[in-house]
Amino acid sequence: MGIQLKKKLGLIVNPVAGMGGRVGLKGSDGAEILQKAIELGAQPESPQRAKHALEKLLTIKEDIELITYPYEMGAQEARDCGFDPVIIGTVESGKTTPQDTVKAARDLVEQKVDLILFAGGDGTARNIYDAIGDREVPVIGIPAGVKIHSAVYATNSRNAGEVALLYLQGKIKKLLDSEVMDIDEDAFREGRVTAKLYGYLKAPHEERLVQSLKSGRTEGEASALNSIADQVIEDMQANVLYIIGPGTTTRPIMQKLNLKFTLLGIDAILNKELVANDLTEKQLLDLIQGKKTKIVVTVIGGQGYIFGRGNQQLSPEVLRRVGKENIIVITPRNKLTALKGKPLLIDTGDYEVNSMLSGYYRIITGYEQTIMFKAE
Amino acid sequence: MGKVKVRKGFQQARWNEPIIYEMSTPGQRAIYVPQPDEEIRVKAGDVLADLPVGMRRKELPNLPELSQKHVLMHYLHLSQETMGSNICHDISEGTCTMKYNPRINEELVSLPNFAELHPCQDEDTVQGIMEIYYKFEQIIKEISGMSRVTFQPGGGNAAVYTAASTVRAYWESKGELDKRNEIITTIFSHPCDAAAPHTAGFKVITLYPDKNGFPDIEALKAAVSEHTAAIFMTNPEDIGLFNPRVDEFVKIVHSVGGLCFYDQANANAFLGVARARDAGFDMCHFNVHKTFGTPHGGSGPANGAFCCSEELTKFLPVPTVEFDGAKYFLNYDRPESIGKVRDFMGTAGVIVRAYAWTMMMGPEGLRDCADASIINNNYMEKKMMEIPGLSSAFMGNGYRRQEQIRYSWEKLKRDTGIGTNEINNRVVDYGLPHYWTSHHPWEIPEPMTLEPCETYSKDDIDEYVETIKIIAKEAYEQPELVMAAPHKAASHKRNDEESLDDPEKWALTWKVYLRKHGKK
Amino acid sequence: MSKYVNPYIPNSVPDEKEKMLQEIGITSVEDVFREIPEHLRFRGQMNIPPAFASEYEMRRHVEGLLAKNKSCKDYLNFLGAGTWQHYVPAVVDTIISRDEFLTAYVGDAYGDHGKFQALFETSSMIAELVGMEAVSTPTYDWANAIAISCRMAVRMSGRKQVLVAGTISPGRLAVVKNYCKPEIKVELLKYDTETGLIDLKDLESKISSETAAVYFENPSYLGFIETEGMKVSEIAHKSGAEVIVGVDPSSLGVLAPPSEYGADIVCGEYQPFGIHMQWGGGLSGFIATRDDKKYVAEYPSLLFGLTTTTEEGEYGFGEVYYERTSYASREKGKDFIGTTTALYGIAAGVYMALLGPQGMKDLGEGIMQRVQYTMGLLSEIKGLKVPVIKSPSFKEFLVNFDGTGKTVAQINKALLDKKIFGGKDLSKEFPEYGNSALYCITEIHTKADLKTLALALEEVTK
Repeated sequence: MGIQLKKKLGLIVNPVAGMGGRVGLKGSDGAEILQKAIELGAQPESPQRAKHALEKLLTIKEDIELITYPYEMGAQEARDCGFDPVIIGTVESGKTTPQDTVKAARDLVEQKVDLILFAGGDGTARNIYDAIGDREVPVIGIPAGVKIHSAVYATNSRNAGEVALLYLQGKIKKLLDSEVMDIDEDAFREGRVTAKLYGYLKAPHEERLVQSLKSGRTEGEASALNSIADQVIEDMQANVLYIIGPGTTTRPIMQKLNLKFTLLGIDAILNKELVANDLTEKQLLDLIQGKKTKIVVTVIGGQGYIFGRGNQQLSPEVLRRVGKENIIVITPRNKLTALKGKPLLIDTGDYEVNSMLSGYYRIITGYEQTIMFKAE
Repeated sequence: MGKVKVRKGFQQARWNEPIIYEMSTPGQRAIYVPQPDEEIRVKAGDVLADLPVGMRRKELPNLPELSQKHVLMHYLHLSQETMGSNICHDISEGTCTMKYNPRINEELVSLPNFAELHPCQDEDTVQGIMEIYYKFEQIIKEISGMSRVTFQPGGGNAAVYTAASTVRAYWESKGELDKRNEIITTIFSHPCDAAAPHTAGFKVITLYPDKNGFPDIEALKAAVSEHTAAIFMTNPEDIGLFNPRVDEFVKIVHSVGGLCFYDQANANAFLGVARARDAGFDMCHFNVHKTFGTPHGGSGPANGAFCCSEELTKFLPVPTVEFDGAKYFLNYDRPESIGKVRDFMGTAGVIVRAYAWTMMMGPEGLRDCADASIINNNYMEKKMMEIPGLSSAFMGNGYRRQEQIRYSWEKLKRDTGIGTNEINNRVVDYGLPHYWTSHHPWEIPEPMTLEPCETYSKDDIDEYVETIKIIAKEAYEQPELVMAAPHKAASHKRNDEESLDDPEKWALTWKVYLRKHGKK
Repeated sequence: MSKYVNPYIPNSVPDEKEKMLQEIGITSVEDVFREIPEHLRFRGQMNIPPAFASEYEMRRHVEGLLAKNKSCKDYLNFLGAGTWQHYVPAVVDTIISRDEFLTAYVGDAYGDHGKFQALFETSSMIAELVGMEAVSTPTYDWANAIAISCRMAVRMSGRKQVLVAGTISPGRLAVVKNYCKPEIKVELLKYDTETGLIDLKDLESKISSETAAVYFENPSYLGFIETEGMKVSEIAHKSGAEVIVGVDPSSLGVLAPPSEYGADIVCGEYQPFGIHMQWGGGLSGFIATRDDKKYVAEYPSLLFGLTTTTEEGEYGFGEVYYERTSYASREKGKDFIGTTTALYGIAAGVYMALLGPQGMKDLGEGIMQRVQYTMGLLSEIKGLKVPVIKSPSFKEFLVNFDGTGKTVAQINKALLDKKIFGGKDLSKEFPEYGNSALYCITEIHTKADLKTLALALEEVTK
């Protein structure tokens, strides 16, 4: 081992994330809601969760430089765990805002950190995404918010710490595009759910962690996506309109056909030629008029939704016209495993369409590999 | 509990054994091959000169040079750094039934009347081995209820591939292979039930479990169609639950014309208790090297017995062993056969051992074997469930586990950060072999699959459970100790896992190691 | 007499069983089996012979059955054709009958460090013999190794055809065909019956951009050496096809490693290296390639690699290229893996270590000398034609009996009366060679044995 520069770890804690949950509110974004939460006696969740994650990093305390924002946005948690953090930026303690999260992320990127570890919920992930955009800055989310649809979050706070540790030690090198999603807060609190896929952040992929010797092999993510795309393309019928849903799982289909792809939107193809990109619900309805149509979708986010999260352009009306038998669901198998026995979810906002679409799907998980899985 | 002991002072042999090339001294010899007589050499002349230059080896091959004692010693050291099931409690290998392998059977297969048989000998000179094949086939037919058996497959997976080849031949014979291109399997079946049919050209549909852990029968109903070639399923599946509706599965698949294959890797506790044919299956297989007491060899030689119904016998690989009332013979005259899955007649040594084992058991002994396995496992479960941090797959679903259980360290991992891989490294420190986690991906988090089959005693199980309990306690109290394990094994924890995945660093042979790591 | 307690089942002691049932809280094992519906229960009596009451009686029984066999120790054996009689050094048997190795599971590299090292060393030694750098853990047999090699080549190129030398062993070919179905087209190449060599014109006409690999054996099934390996490789490589060579490694002390005449993948059989024939049950295959990610990515089997541990200077072992399947392009090409023949792989390693460089050369040269000598002896017998194939042979060669007016079957029956297993009858497998048999000579044959053969053949063909 030669002399190595210390790895730089950025830390952001959204101190108010998770406060709404315990008092029955759906999220804590927005000053008013937050105030309401505090009045209802909400306690901060994220500082404790952040500390669980940080504890995992104590073994390499001397080998990393921890850079963070003041007070409860990271400095406090880091010190509590025994770190001696470098503190940048200014905030007003007790009155941090989403803009502070955005600012902190920007500053950390400027500091050229090797990894950003952040604690929060979907709103926090969105703020981080706003700051980072498509830049290749690895992030790991410590789940502490009420809404955790985004796939940038580890399964729990300790795992977040462990993945961070392995990444900083160089034991994990692979980065995976992970979804950042958030739900429209106003609509959500009114009982309507419309979720949006905001984009993708790069998160270290902990494949090796769950592997042991002497077992069969788990297929790599890239290979799985490739072989899924091979299958979808091989199955494509002539003169049938294919509506391709958003996400990194559907992307290789378009790439293999050399077609322009909208990562966050809906595209349409016919006879392996592009018809249109980034379609709205209205455009979709016009397009499918009188045409045999099939829809290709994948599981979006960490909770197993195939409709109603991240692809709301596929409205109840669109789905009604296309019909269940023309829906092709694709996903690598590990996303189904992650559901731990729960079914896939459908929430189009229309009860009838939901029940029309529920039932078993033959989900394509690879070339000539399908899994019968229930959606409801 | 006075007898319960845990091997706290255990230390595996650790010889720091060099790679055999490092022990080499030029000129040393370990053995001479018999050299031809002077007359032969003179008459033959320079035989190498007849070879074209490009076909002649230019230099002596780079093999190590050691005296005989040193070769023996080296490999004895390596053997001591290996944990065979006969030297420890290999309760550890759920789905693999590691049982006692009787020594007498090793003596039998060492007899020249078996070991020195050539496979192409005149049939009159191999009547004894053919009789053993024939008789063992009758035994397997009784156990499975099937009509014929072949012992040609070289292992369980090869037997499953034989089944897939049979399905292919069946549909080919009906002219429907193009249409019948789907095979259904279940997620807790052995992965080869998906992989082997896939290799044979079928598309694979996998069923997930219902809330009780049984394969989802509604999913099966949604999956079958005129494209269904067959279902390949294990029962009990690898989590130890006997599927009570297994015959309904068969009926559903038969209703669309499909064939049914029963993977009987987990057959140990059902010998004489339940039979594949009685549940309607058309085919099944046994891992002869697991269930019938023959040694695993560190991963073979193994043998897979593939069994089928009368209708499918015409597809069996050639040759079959037949008896005409007076004489045993090999039958190659089988025009619809799938051909061969292994050269010659399979791993005959496994069959001789398995036959000998079965003749020591008899029908009552086979039942005793089933009963003891069931009791051992349920006894062990009771004790195991007292261990903090441990749970089991589909715990509390109200169904009793049969011969094995898939446990889960999910809670321990959440509590301490120590998961099944770390525990698995630590068991060696107490003289227990590494256990089987599960196939991938882990549907049950942090899995540990144990199968205390009939050859383990109550004391063995008590020791095993006590050891696991101690390790769980360590995980809570001294996590770093478990994290750094093993401490008492033949070697320590690898410190550079990455190098095994890095083309610039990995070394599959000594010469590559020297080249990449510059050590001499 | 007391109640029978099965010596292999400790808990068949009634008291012990009772204690455990109580602990579980059930009265009988039926309380567990009740999960199996009654209509699926087997309630009959299996028609299986009763158990022997003692190991001794069972031993007498099985020995009695085996005594009906006549082994190659009783008879003078000249059969080869895929399983060969070589001397098995005592050290080999000692090592592979150690319970630690014999009864080991797949294991992990800590508790089973020794097994990993032994197999790593086997790989290291066979790599030297075949001139390659990366070696798989053992396959079921040579035939299985060929099939896997073909599938590897198909996955690498996406091409679907494999061209195979027409002189391949029919047994191995049957396995390869079954394993390559339905995707891969296995086509046989013509060969020159005079020389046995691959018909290069036929190769040129059949090879195309659809050809994934060309496979040939050296020495071939018919015993001759494919001397034009280099030319075959050149033609294959020009079309972008991989060259797969199958070897009997006992030849490699004297024959050039296949890598020197263009092989990209080498496969073969460990059985000659210290594994008893066991009626054909002693087979164990291997696959070797260069240490190139392109090839290593396609191995379906486990690969054991050497690495370091937390202890300074200590060797550790682990599984190499964990994510290799992520480089495979399509699911369909993948194979299944499972329990194969690891113990035989260890045996082969011990054998190679015992023989060493000079021993390996002595083995090959001594065999070739005996073959040359025997061919001389047999060629003097009236009615026998030796050699049939003009290319040099390694340890097997054809003997043609057309001139004797007798079939091989008749001759072999007559030889049997003289306690000789004559060469394998090829009149059905390779009818173009008429009444020919494939004779195998190895280092076990003394001058007297060879003269006995010649004398016997002379008598039975009269």
